[in-house]
Amino acid sequence: MLALVWSLIMFVMMPLWHVYGKQNLSNEAYRTTPEAFMAKTQAMVDQYTVRTETNQNMPVVHPPPGSDVYLIARLWQWWPLLELEKGQTYRLHVASMDWQHGFSLQPVNINTQILPGYEMVLTITPDTDGDQTIICNEYCGIGHHNMVGKIYITEGGS
Amino acid sequence: MKKEQFRTCPESGLQFHKPAEMLMRLNAVAAVVALLVGGVTALLITMTRWPTVHLLPADKFYQLLTTHGINMLIFWIIFFEIAVLYFCSSTLLRCRLATPKLGWVAFILMVLGAVINNVSVFSGNSSVMMTSYVPMPAEPMFYLGLILFAVGALVGCFIFLGTLVIAREEKTYEGSIPLVTFGALTACIIAIFTIAMGAVILVPTFLWSVGLIANIDAAMYRLIWWGFGHSSQQINVAAHVAVWYAIAAIVFGARPLSEKVSRTAFILYIAFLQLASAHHLLVDPGLSSTWKIFNTSYAMYLAVLASMIHGLTVPGSIEVAQRAKGFTKGMFEWLRKAPWGNPVFSGMFLSLIGFGFLGGISGVVMGTEQINIIIHNTIYVPGHFHATVVIGTTLAFMSLTYFLIPVLFRRQVFLPGLAKWQPYIFGIGMMVFSLVMMGAGTLGVERRHWDMAFTDAALGYDYPASAFTLMALVGVSGTAAVVGGGIFVLITVVSVFFGKRVASDSSYGTDTSRLMKAPPIVEPQGGHAAAGKWGFAAPGTFALALLFLATFVVYYAVNWKYLASVWPMS
Repeated sequence: MLALVWSLIMFVMMPLWHVYGKQNLSNEAYRTTPEAFMAKTQAMVDQYTVRTETNQNMPVVHPPPGSDVYLIARLWQWWPLLELEKGQTYRLHVASMDWQHGFSLQPVNINTQILPGYEMVLTITPDTDGDQTIICNEYCGIGHHNMVGKIYITEGGS
Repeated sequence: MKKEQFRTCPESGLQFHKPAEMLMRLNAVAAVVALLVGGVTALLITMTRWPTVHLLPADKFYQLLTTHGINMLIFWIIFFEIAVLYFCSSTLLRCRLATPKLGWVAFILMVLGAVINNVSVFSGNSSVMMTSYVPMPAEPMFYLGLILFAVGALVGCFIFLGTLVIAREEKTYEGSIPLVTFGALTACIIAIFTIAMGAVILVPTFLWSVGLIANIDAAMYRLIWWGFGHSSQQINVAAHVAVWYAIAAIVFGARPLSEKVSRTAFILYIAFLQLASAHHLLVDPGLSSTWKIFNTSYAMYLAVLASMIHGLTVPGSIEVAQRAKGFTKGMFEWLRKAPWGNPVFSGMFLSLIGFGFLGGISGVVMGTEQINIIIHNTIYVPGHFHATVVIGTTLAFMSLTYFLIPVLFRRQVFLPGLAKWQPYIFGIGMMVFSLVMMGAGTLGVERRHWDMAFTDAALGYDYPASAFTLMALVGVSGTAAVVGGGIFVLITVVSVFFGKRVASDSSYGTDTSRLMKAPPIVEPQGGHAAAGKWGFAAPGTFALALLFLATFVVYYAVNWKYLASVWPMS
C-alpha cells in the first residue's frame, strides 16, 4: 500500500516539476541536415566571432543575449567555442554532423543526447560563475575522449 | 520401448531428463565461458578507468569495453537463462523436454553467433559498444552474430513453452505450475517479445551494414533498440526473481507469503515491460515530455511496485519459514541465524539487497524525466546497471550454480571453504563498485570514456580531485569483484570437470517418478501469525521494507534538490 502511494507520488512529481520547477528539458526539436545546420552555424560564426583559440584557431563566438546560438557536434569537436553572458537567456541549437554524440556540460552537469538529423533547441540561462566545459558523453569512436568544447561565461554587459 | 532417460537426484529429489540435463550442462558451461571472457576484459577496462593505472591504449579500451558488455550482458546471462528455462520446465515439472534435437540446434546457433560476434569485435573493426548506435558502423558479421544468437535463444524459448505443454498433457503436475516456473514463463514471454524487437532493429541494421539499406534514422534506432535493450533486462529481473524464490524454497523450504500476490507481480512485469526502455530516451531530441513521462511510468510505476513486492515477499517467506523453525527471538533472529556460510543463500540474499537498495532506487531516480538531465550517460548509469545486472542477476545465478553443481553435474563443490567467501568478495566488491561509480557520475565523470584527464585533447577539463579518488576506488573495488568472479569460475570449472563425483546413486531409469511434494513445513502452533510478532507474520521483513522506502524517499528528494541547482532551462 505504502509502496503504491510512493509510486503515485513519483509519477506526480514529473508533471509538477514542469509547472513549478525551473529545469525542464525542452520539447523543441527540428529535423535538419548537416548542410543546413552548418550554414546557420557558419553565419553566426562569421558575424559574432570575437577571437580564436587553440592551435586549430577555433573561433570563440559571443552572440547577443536572447539570440539563437548554434553548436555543431562532429568527430571529434564541438564547434565553435561559445561565450555567453551570465544571467542572460539563449536559445542553444545543437545538432550532430555525423554520428551520435552526447552533450555534457561540466561542472554544472547538464547532459543531453545529440543525434544526426535532429536539431535540439535548449533555452538556457547560465546563472553560475566560471567557465563550463562541453564533454562528449556518447561514445563516438577513437577520438571520443578528445571531443571537448567550451562555454565561457562572462559578466553581463562585458 | 522406453529408453532409460530419467534419474532422480537423491539429495534434492529433483528429476532430470537425460537430454534436458545434457542441454542444461552445455548451456551452463557456455555461460561460464562467456563469463570468463567478460571477466578478463572487465579487469582490463577497470584498470584503465583507474586514473593512475590507465592500463590500455584508447583503441583497445573501447574494443574490450565492447567485448565486456556483449559477453556479460548477452552471452553469459542468456546462455544461463536458457539453462534455467530448461530446468524450470523439464526438471521442476518432472517431464521430458520438448524436441531435444531442436535444443541442440538452438545451442549450436547461439555458440556460432557468440563466436562470430566476438571474432568481429576482436578484429578491431567493430568497437561500437553493445548499443552499436547507428550511424557508427560495425562489420556486418557483428550484427549477424547477434542475430544468430538471438534466433538460437528464441528456439530455446519455444522449447520451454513446448515442454510446458507436454507437462500439462501428461499431467506431471497438479493445479497451476509452480511459482518458480511461473517466473520463468514470465521471463520467457518477455524474451520472445524482446527478441522480436531485436530482430526489427538488428536485421535492418545488418542490411544497412552490407549496403542494402541507405539510411537508418538515429532516433528510430534508439527507440527500437532500447525496446530490445532494456526489455532484455526485464528478462533478467524475472529470471533472477524466479531464482530467488527457488533458493528460498531450496534452502529454507519457504513458501511464498501469497502465491497470488507473487504471480500478479510477475504479470505486472509483462504488462509494464516498456517502462525502462523509454528511460534511455529521456534527453533525446524529438520526443515530447508527455510521451516521456507516460512511457517511463505508465502513470504509476507498477513494474517498480512489482519488484518491491518480490523484494518483500522473498525475505518475508524466508522469515516465516525460519520463525516456523523456532527462530522467533526479536525482530531479526531469523536473519542472524540464517545459513550465512552457505553460498547458495548468502549470494541470493546479497543479490536481493543489492538489487533493491542500489539498483532499484538508482534506476527509478535516474529514470525520472528531469533528473535524467544530471545523470544521462555519466558513469552513474553503469553504476546503476552493475547493481541490477551484476549483483541482481549474476550473483543470483552464481548462487544457483552452487546448488546445481552437485544436483545437475553430480560433482562436489571444489574448495568449499573458498566458495563460502566467494559471494561476499564478489557481492560486496560489486556493491562498492556500483556506489563509487554513481558517486563519480554525480560529479559528471562520463561513461565509455578513455581519459578523464584529457591529456591529448586540445581543450581540457579538470574534474574535482574527489572524482579522481572515486574512480580510483572504482578500480580497487572492480578488481576485488573480478577476483570474486574469478574464484567462481575456478570453483565451477574445476568442480564440473575434475571434481569428486557425488557418492550417492542417481542412475537413469525409465520411470518418471510421480510428483514429490516439497517437505512439509512445520506449522507453528496457532499459525504463522503466532510465530510472528506485533501482529505481523514477518515483522523483520516489514522493518527492512520501511527502511528501504525511507532510503528511497530521501535519495529521490536529494536528487531533485541537486537538479534545482543547475542552470534554469526549458
